[in-house]
Amino acid sequence: MSIPAKLKYTATHEWAAKNAAGTITVGITDHAQEALGDIVFLELPEAGRQVKAGQECAVVESVKAASDIYAPIAGEIVEANTPAVDAPESVNKDAYGTWLFKIKPSNPSEYDGLLDAAAYEKVAAEH
Amino acid sequence: MAKRTPLYEAHVAAGAKIVDFAGWDMPINYGSQIEEHHKVRKDCGMFDVSHMRAVDVTGKDAQPFLRKLFANDVGKLTIPGKALYSCMLKEDGGVIDDLIAYYFAPERYRVVVNAGTADKDLAWMRQQAASFDVTIADRPELAMIAIQGPNAREHFWTAFPAGRARTVLLQPFQAVEWDGWLVARTGYTGEDGFEITLPAAQAMAVWNKLKDAGVAPIGLGARDTLRLEAGMNLYGLDMDESQNPLESGLGWTIDLKDPKRDFIGRQALAALQPARQFVGLVLLDRGVLRSHQKVFAPQGEGETTSGSFSPTSNKSIALARLPVGVELGDTVEVEIRDKRLQAKVVKPTFARNGKAMI
Repeated sequence: MSIPAKLKYTATHEWAAKNAAGTITVGITDHAQEALGDIVFLELPEAGRQVKAGQECAVVESVKAASDIYAPIAGEIVEANTPAVDAPESVNKDAYGTWLFKIKPSNPSEYDGLLDAAAYEKVAAEH
Repeated sequence: MAKRTPLYEAHVAAGAKIVDFAGWDMPINYGSQIEEHHKVRKDCGMFDVSHMRAVDVTGKDAQPFLRKLFANDVGKLTIPGKALYSCMLKEDGGVIDDLIAYYFAPERYRVVVNAGTADKDLAWMRQQAASFDVTIADRPELAMIAIQGPNAREHFWTAFPAGRARTVLLQPFQAVEWDGWLVARTGYTGEDGFEITLPAAQAMAVWNKLKDAGVAPIGLGARDTLRLEAGMNLYGLDMDESQNPLESGLGWTIDLKDPKRDFIGRQALAALQPARQFVGLVLLDRGVLRSHQKVFAPQGEGETTSGSFSPTSNKSIALARLPVGVELGDTVEVEIRDKRLQAKVVKPTFARNGKAMI
């Protein structure tokens, strides 16, 4: 199971990365794709939507089950990875290379409060 | 603790993801469920189905007992080894279980029932047997391995050359016994193949021999998408005690030919005016159909009973119970997360013998 040290994480198995422009890129962790199995459908949020931290804003469905994806932090969705919708299996192949959406944070310091790799590793070991 | 089949260690060693299924620790997949699915449609694979329960029904009244107990008529089985698929019904027509019954002689049958319902089934069978001269013998010590796919029989014969002569002439739904094995040309995938029932002590050696012959293990995940594509019902989702077979796509298994055969549930079915029909759905919009999604048609509401992504057709498919009057080819709406998506009504056979049929 891969948990890159440079990323931040949530207890609900999203990863988050801070971009130079100040936006936050979000995807699901390698642990999450592994648990879901073969992913066959992505439902991504529309740009412009306001989300709260912890709010459902995307859905990843595998052959087995549907799983809600939560916004790690509050803000505005500025972009969704629409090409990934045509190749949902790319989340299985490269969970950290296949981002789902980008958020412009309402409060940039919220990012720093997310889990670091070590803390997420403990969460992933339990679930 | 969950029960384990004699092949549990082999699943773990092969890297299986183990889940609870009807109280059993079973492999859901060994990596990619979709790859396993394709392997069975295009070549072959093997499944541990030892959690299913074999029950031997023997004695002077075995035939009249099973003709009373099952909605399909075992009386039409006359060639030793021939089998049929049937429902076992309650008096009110609700489905207690679906099963396969093998005929060996008028005084000897083998019944194979679902794992999750086995204890309930046995209790019901014993209760109904009170006025019959029969012995009902539970055979939990038997293991079962299904080998399925267009090349399944060839791979079985490669692993067990001596079995070729004994099985090469088997027709679908026919079985043969030798040395404590029962090899049947049956399955739950819509593909050719065998289901082998054998003593648990031999299961590991047989599994490994098939593996050495190039047969890949397949988990319960792919078993579910394979059976769904083949339009085969799954007990507990597509029918249960609250549903009757006529509204579950199982009318073809109800044998009414002999007017004197008073099988359990017959009177209830005779009085029934089906208001719903059992059909297939193919999602036209993007998404994944699942069980218990609401379906809206001009004739009224219905419900999906099981659904998933179909790897063979690369579409989302489901079995559904819809109001009578909806026709094949109609477009209906399925509610998925508060959205209504369009789906086409089709005959519930989505793929068989390696090919998509939608």
